[in-house]
Amino acid sequence: MRAWLRHPAAWWVMLVVGLLPLVSLVIQTVQDQLGANPAETLIRALGDWTLRGLCLTLAVTPVRTVMGWPELLRYRRMLGVLTFGYASLHLLGYAWFDMGFEWADIARDIAKRPFILVGFTAFVVMSALAATSFNRAIRWMGAQRWKALHRAVYAVAVLAIVHFWWMRSGKQNFAEVLVYAGVLASLLGWRVWRGSRRWSNQ
Amino acid sequence: ASVPSAVPGALTMDKLTAYKDATTYNNFYEFGTDKSDPAKRAHTLVTQPWTVEIEGLVKKPGRVNLEDLMKWGAMEERIYRLRCVEGWSMVIPWIGYSLADLIRKVEPQPGAKFVEFITQADPKTMPGVRGGALDWPYVEALRMDEAMHPLTLLAFGMYGEVMPKQNGAPLRLVVPWKYGFKSGKSLVKIRFTDKQPVSSWEKAAPQEYGFYSNVNPNVDHPRWSQATERRIGEDGLLAKKRKTLMFNGYEAQVGQLYAGMDLKKFF
Repeated sequence: MRAWLRHPAAWWVMLVVGLLPLVSLVIQTVQDQLGANPAETLIRALGDWTLRGLCLTLAVTPVRTVMGWPELLRYRRMLGVLTFGYASLHLLGYAWFDMGFEWADIARDIAKRPFILVGFTAFVVMSALAATSFNRAIRWMGAQRWKALHRAVYAVAVLAIVHFWWMRSGKQNFAEVLVYAGVLASLLGWRVWRGSRRWSNQ
Repeated sequence: ASVPSAVPGALTMDKLTAYKDATTYNNFYEFGTDKSDPAKRAHTLVTQPWTVEIEGLVKKPGRVNLEDLMKWGAMEERIYRLRCVEGWSMVIPWIGYSLADLIRKVEPQPGAKFVEFITQADPKTMPGVRGGALDWPYVEALRMDEAMHPLTLLAFGMYGEVMPKQNGAPLRLVVPWKYGFKSGKSLVKIRFTDKQPVSSWEKAAPQEYGFYSNVNPNVDHPRWSQATERRIGEDGLLAKKRKTLMFNGYEAQVGQLYAGMDLKKFF
């Protein structure tokens, strides 16, 4: 496994795999297979893939540590940037298909529907992380400050769950929300647990 | 066999929604909260035999079986706009007769001011009823004058065929100037009362859903605007949303029912 993760082609394979959901959605759109309300299907699917991307990105460090696969670090940035890509398309889909790029309507809609404000806030925070996702940004900012900024990904995870929970609360349908919340909570919980263990070892 | 309706406003000229869209994109929580659930799961619903109980403040209460009930009025085709509270709409050709025909037949007592519609809630055949999305059975109600309005339809079919199960077989209500959830599906009981009943959505979220629930672009749902709607199947992904019409475009026919009422208060 570790040898495979180190292979130069593996990075590209992972990138292609990460883009498959997008390719599949494009094909389904072109072939008109998205059901009666394609706009809704697209926006929701892109939101789902953002949540899955967040789970995968946040799983890198625990898996790397527990399994002893330091090579995984090579993939964390790609996963994070892909997740930001799905989040951007999710937001674009809303602004375009739902709101027809009517900015005044969008502003009113955000004020009316706080769950959209929460999602939008998560996107703004993610943008800051994506904008500082290259090596030179780490050098400019200094490793400590860069690390502190990128801890905001935990805030993104919480905001994303609140956004999803609020959206589903209309139908009181929380099963999927709980699955994502459970995965993200255990990934964050693992970090807290490891942090406290380190603290007590000092 | 049904003939085109002569009731004013009963035959909109809007383009019909595709049958496939109207039968695969449904809100029918008794079969699940996802809009694709009813089409996948409603085949378990048993619609034969079916009886409807008429009770409350009427001179002729009793149980009537579906075959007899279908003869209580002359079947007509009506093409109605359907506006969902979620912000989408369809245009559907229904088959049925005015609920008023049924009401006259059972002779309401003078004290009857409201009509309550109780729908099927069978956990064995309706998987959603085993979950807790709402209190079952699903209940809806109309004021007597709304129920008597000729546009209020008791529907037994659509698109020239028997009602598909996911659309509320074997009989359902269709009230075209109200949000779709006011039109109860798979009716088993019709009750005449003197007090305003509490509908299922009113009970679940009173600040979001009122008793009247008339389509009204000027009164927003607390969590989203009702000014526009997406017509399902219209011009693909990039179609602009259309403006929602007062009373879903039936203002000329039903506006007088609400003359003098503050529709922001009675939403």
